[in-house]
Amino acid sequence: MAQHMNLTLKVWRQKNDKSKGQFVTIQAKDIADDMSFLEMLDVVNEDLTRLGEDPIYFDHDCREGICGMCSLVINGRPHGPKYGITTCQLHMRTFHDGQTIVIEPWRAAAFPVLKDLATDRTSFDRIQQAGGYVNVNTGGVPDANTIPIPKRIADEAFEAATCIGCGACVAACKNASAMLFVSAKISQFALLPQGQTERYERAQAMVDQMDAEGFGNCTNTGACEAECPKGIKLTNIARMNREYFTAKFFREEDVHTHS
Amino acid sequence: MLDSKVPAGPLAEKWSKHKFEMKLVNPANKRKFTILVVGTGLAGASAAASLAELGYNVKTFCYQDSPRRAHSIAAQGGINAAKNYQNDGDSVFRLFYDTIKGGDYRAREANVYRLAEVSVNIIDQCVAQGVPFAREYGGLLDNRSFGGAQVSRTFYARGQTGQQLLLGAYSALNRQIKKGKVKSYTRHEMLDLVKIDGHARGIITRDMITGKIESHEGHAVLLCTGGYGNVFFLSTNAMGCNVTAAWRAHKRGAYFANPCYTQIHPTCIPVTGDHQSKLTLMSESLRNDGRVWVPKTKELSEKLRTGALNPAEIKEEDRDYFLERKYPSFGNLVPRDVASRNAKEMVDDGRGVGKSGVAVFLDFADAIKRLGKDTVEAKYGNLFDMYYQITDENPYEQPMRIYPAVHYTMGGVWVDYNLMTTVPGLYALGECNFSDHGANRLGASALMQGLSDGYFVIPFTVGDYLAKLGSFAPVDKNHPAFEETRKEVEDKINTLLSLKGSKTIDDIHKELGKIMWEYCGMARTAEGLTKAKGLIQALKKEFWTDVKVLGENDELNMSLEKAGRVADFIELGELMVDDALNRSESCGGHFRLESQTEEGEAMRDDENFTYVAAWAFAGENQPEVLHKEELVFENVKLTQRSYK
Amino acid sequence: MSNSKPVLSSSLGRKLIMSLTGIFLCTFLIVHLIGNLQLFKNDEGYAFNNYAYFMTHFTPIKVVSYLLYASIVIHAVYALILSMQNKAARPVNYARYDGNANSTWSSRNMGILGTVLLVFIATHMQNFWWKYHNDQVPYIEYQTDLSTGVRSSRALEANEFIDYQVSTDNGVEIVKARDLYKQVDFAFENPFLVFFYVLAMAALSFHLIHGFQSAFQTVGFSHKKYVPIIRFIGVWGFGVLIPIGFALMPLYFYFVK
Repeated sequence: MAQHMNLTLKVWRQKNDKSKGQFVTIQAKDIADDMSFLEMLDVVNEDLTRLGEDPIYFDHDCREGICGMCSLVINGRPHGPKYGITTCQLHMRTFHDGQTIVIEPWRAAAFPVLKDLATDRTSFDRIQQAGGYVNVNTGGVPDANTIPIPKRIADEAFEAATCIGCGACVAACKNASAMLFVSAKISQFALLPQGQTERYERAQAMVDQMDAEGFGNCTNTGACEAECPKGIKLTNIARMNREYFTAKFFREEDVHTHS
Repeated sequence: MLDSKVPAGPLAEKWSKHKFEMKLVNPANKRKFTILVVGTGLAGASAAASLAELGYNVKTFCYQDSPRRAHSIAAQGGINAAKNYQNDGDSVFRLFYDTIKGGDYRAREANVYRLAEVSVNIIDQCVAQGVPFAREYGGLLDNRSFGGAQVSRTFYARGQTGQQLLLGAYSALNRQIKKGKVKSYTRHEMLDLVKIDGHARGIITRDMITGKIESHEGHAVLLCTGGYGNVFFLSTNAMGCNVTAAWRAHKRGAYFANPCYTQIHPTCIPVTGDHQSKLTLMSESLRNDGRVWVPKTKELSEKLRTGALNPAEIKEEDRDYFLERKYPSFGNLVPRDVASRNAKEMVDDGRGVGKSGVAVFLDFADAIKRLGKDTVEAKYGNLFDMYYQITDENPYEQPMRIYPAVHYTMGGVWVDYNLMTTVPGLYALGECNFSDHGANRLGASALMQGLSDGYFVIPFTVGDYLAKLGSFAPVDKNHPAFEETRKEVEDKINTLLSLKGSKTIDDIHKELGKIMWEYCGMARTAEGLTKAKGLIQALKKEFWTDVKVLGENDELNMSLEKAGRVADFIELGELMVDDALNRSESCGGHFRLESQTEEGEAMRDDENFTYVAAWAFAGENQPEVLHKEELVFENVKLTQRSYK
Repeated sequence: MSNSKPVLSSSLGRKLIMSLTGIFLCTFLIVHLIGNLQLFKNDEGYAFNNYAYFMTHFTPIKVVSYLLYASIVIHAVYALILSMQNKAARPVNYARYDGNANSTWSSRNMGILGTVLLVFIATHMQNFWWKYHNDQVPYIEYQTDLSTGVRSSRALEANEFIDYQVSTDNGVEIVKARDLYKQVDFAFENPFLVFFYVLAMAALSFHLIHGFQSAFQTVGFSHKKYVPIIRFIGVWGFGVLIPIGFALMPLYFYFVK
C-alpha cells in the first residue's frame, strides 16, 4: 500500500491583491505518497472546507505539465525540489513524514498576488501581444511545403517554442527577470523563415514591453534555465540580445505601430 | 425533424457552392458588428483572430488566466490533413471516408467532407504563423500514421502538437488584441446567454477575480468551450473544463446532441486512490510494441494484487493476451473503443491487476528482447519517464499498468451546417459542438476540427447571418433582457452561496463521476441506465440541500466556481443517461450490452438509429424533448466494423 | 515613426554597458598584472618605478587610463541602477529561497562582490595612485654602471628631487624617480591591509568567474565550440590566475621582503 505521512505546511495566505498576506501553518494529515502535490492541497482544501474555512486558492488546470497554469515556490524552489517538472507533476513521495513545507506564490512586481498562491501573469500576455506573432491573416498563405526548413533549425525553433509560460523563470531569478520567457519567443521566430520579415521590429517591441512591465534585469545566473520545467535554454537569451542589438545598431527598422 | 441546412449538390461541391451563395458583409459594415467568443482554445482563438482580421469587433472570454492555457494545449498526437505529401494514396475523400467510418456512421456527411476539404488549408496557415512542425532532413514536413490509419497524414510537433497549434492561434489572437480589434477577458466565466427576440444577443459573465457580474452585448455568440468529459469527475480533461456555458445556452434553447457519445481512451495511467484528481493519458503509440495481458485466472490476479507474486513470475502459459487472442489480425492495435471495452471486461471478470485490481498490463518485455532497450527507449523514452514519474514503477523492468479513461466527448451542442445552434446568432465550434466525429473520434482529428471551424468555416457562415440581419444597429444594451438574465444569474449565485450543508462540492462531483462511470461508461444497459437516472436525481436533490458553498461572490471563490459547474454537470449527466437509454443500439463509443454481435462486438441498428438525437430543454426538472436529425448517407455504404 | 525606447534606457542596453565596461576592465587587469610582476624583481624597484613613470606620463596610456576610470564609475553606477531596478522587480522576498539549487553563489552575489571591489579600488588608489600623484611617496636615485651593470641606489630627500630624471654621466646612468616600490613595501607592512588585499582578490576571483563569461552572454555571444573556451578563460584565467597573481604581491612583501 501507499505510504502515508503527516506534514506541516507553511502556506502564504492573502485575501486579495490589496491586502497584506502572511504565512499560516496548516497540518496536512494522512497524505499518501502517490498523491501529486496538488492533490495533497486538494485534500487539505477538502478538510478546510469541511471546517468551514476558506480553502487555499492556487492556480492549476491541466495537471499534466503542459498548460503552465500551476506555479508555487515549494521550499524555496519554483515547482518544487525536482528539476524539469511542473508542480502538478511533483509527487508526495519526494517528501517524508513530519517534514515542514513552505509554500509561496511567485514573487515579482510584474506578477501581483491575486489571492493566496495565485498571481496575475497577464504581463506575459502583453509581452506576446507586443510582437510575439507573424503578421499573417487567415487564408492566402503559401503551401506549407513551399519553404523547406532544415530539420536542425526546425527542431531548435520547436525547443524554444515549448515554453509553457508558467513564469518559473521569473520566480527563480533573483532579479525577477523575464528574459528567458521573452527570449524563447523571440528565438522561435528569429530561427524560422516565417519570422524573418519582422524579426528586428519584434525583438525591440517585445523587449520594450518586458521592460515596461517591471521585470528585473538578467544577471546571467542561469537559475531560470535550471528551474524551467521545459528546459528552455539560456542560449535563447544570448540570441535575444543579438537580435536586439543588431536591430538597434545595425538595422534601420524601428518598431512601428501597426494599424 | 431538424433542418441541418446542408446545401444541395454533389458532396465535393457543397462547400464551394455554399460559400458563393452566402451573403457577405461589406468591409465598412463589418466594424459595426460585435462578436462574442467564449473559450479560447483552438476553435475560439482561431475564430476570434480570423473574425477580427475581417474587421469585426471581437470579445473573447476564458476562465484561465491566459487564452494560451485552454486545454487544446494538452493534445499530444497530431493533426490530420489530406495533403498527400507522402504520396501514399491519401485524398480529401479518403480522409472524409475514414472519419465517417471511424465515427461508426453517425456523423453528417457534408460536415465531415468540408472538414477533410479545409484540413489542407489548416497546415498551410499554421506553418505561415511559425508553428514548428516536425520536419524531415530535406526540410519538408514530416508525417506519421496515427490511430491505425493506413496513410501517413498526421502532422505533429513531437508530443506537443496541441500546444504548438494553440500557441499559433494564440499569436494570431494576440496580434488582433494589439490592434484593438479583440478585447480579451481572462478569468471570466460565461454564466448565461442573453436572447432578444429569439436571437442570441449577449452573455452574462462573472469576473472570477472580483465577482463582478457583467453583461456583454454582441450580434453573435460563439461557444468554443470544449467538451464535458469532467462530468465523470476523473478524465484526461483539465480541472477547469466544464459544460456551464454550453449548458446554460442549452437551457436558453440550444439543443444538445448525442450527449451519450463519449470517448474512452485505452492507455491511461490507472487510478491510485480516492484522492485522484485527474487521469493522465499516454500516447496510443505504446500499443505498437506493448502487449496487453492479464493472468488467465482470478487466483493469479489476486496474488498479484496482494504482492504475493511479481508479474514476471507468471508463466507464459498463465497469461491471457486477450486482444491478440480475440482479434488475431489487429491484435493490440484494435480501435480505442474496442481496446477499452476489453480491458473493462477483464477487470469485471476479476482478472485485473495492480493494487486496486482495476488495470491491465501493457508489457514491453518482448519488445525489449526483440528490439533492445535502447530502441525502446528512443521510441517511448519520454512516455516511460512520465509513467515512472507518476507511478514510481520502472516500465523497463515491470509491465506498465493501464486502464481506460474518459478523454473526449463527441456529443455536444447541436449545430447546422453553418455551425449555428437552434438559437439564431448562437454558434458552437470545436469539441463543444457535436458535428463531425459521429459516435467515435479518430486520433488527430480533434485539432483538425477545432481549427477548421475557427479559421475556415465560421468566418463565412457568421457573415451570412449578420448580412441577413438587415440592420447594422448596435445591440441595445439597455434592453430589459440583459437586466432580467443578469438578475437570474445573480439569484442563482446567491442560492448557491446560501447552501451550507455538510458535503463538499467535490464529494458530490466524485459521486456523480462514479455513477456515470459505472452505468454510462464503457458498457451500458437499460437496467443500469435506469438505475443511474434515479441515482442522479437523488444526487441532484442532495446537492441543492446538503452541499456546502463557502465564501462570498466578490472574491476569487473556488468553492462558488465549482458549485456552479457541478450543478450543471449533474443536469447534463441525467441527459446523458436519457440519451444512452434512448439509443438502444451500440455505436462507436456508445456500447449497449443489449446490442452486440455474436462475437461480442458493437452492433449498430441503422434502421432505427441513423439519426442525431438532439434534446431540447423543456423547463427545470422536466424531461427533455427529443428532436431527430435524420442522417443521410449518399456517398458511403454503411458497414459493420470488424477487427477480427 | 519610432516608438521604441532608446537603447541605453532599455534593460538590454544597460546590461550591454555593464558587459562592455566589464570586459574592458578585464583587459586592464591583464596589463596591470603583467606590469606589476616587476615588483617581484629583486632590483630595489628600478624596473617598477620606471614602469610607473611610463604608465603615468605616456599620453596614449593616459587617455586609456581616463577611459579606465570612467569605466569603473560607469560599471558601478549602472550596477547600482540595475540593482535598484532588480530590487523593485521583487518587492516581497521569498521566506525561503534555495538559490544553490539553481545557480552559483558568485552569480547571485555580484553586487556584494562588486561593492567589495569598489572599496578595494578606492583604498588601492588612495594608497598608491593618490600618493604617487601628490608627491606623498619617497624618492630614489639609481646609479647603474652601464659597463658592468652594477646598480646602487639611495633614497633622496624631498629637496633633492625635482622631477623624474634620466641622465648618463661618465658611463653611469642616473635615474631619479618617485619610489612607488618603497611605498608598496611600506604599505604591505600592515597585516590588515595585506589581509584586505587578499580578501579583495578572492572577491575579484568570484566576481570574474561569473562576470567574464556573463559579459559574453550579454553581448549575445553563444557558440557551441567557443563558449566553453570563454568559460575556461573566465574560470582559470580571470578567476584563478589573475587574482592569485595580484594576491601574491602583498603576501610577497609581507612575508618575503
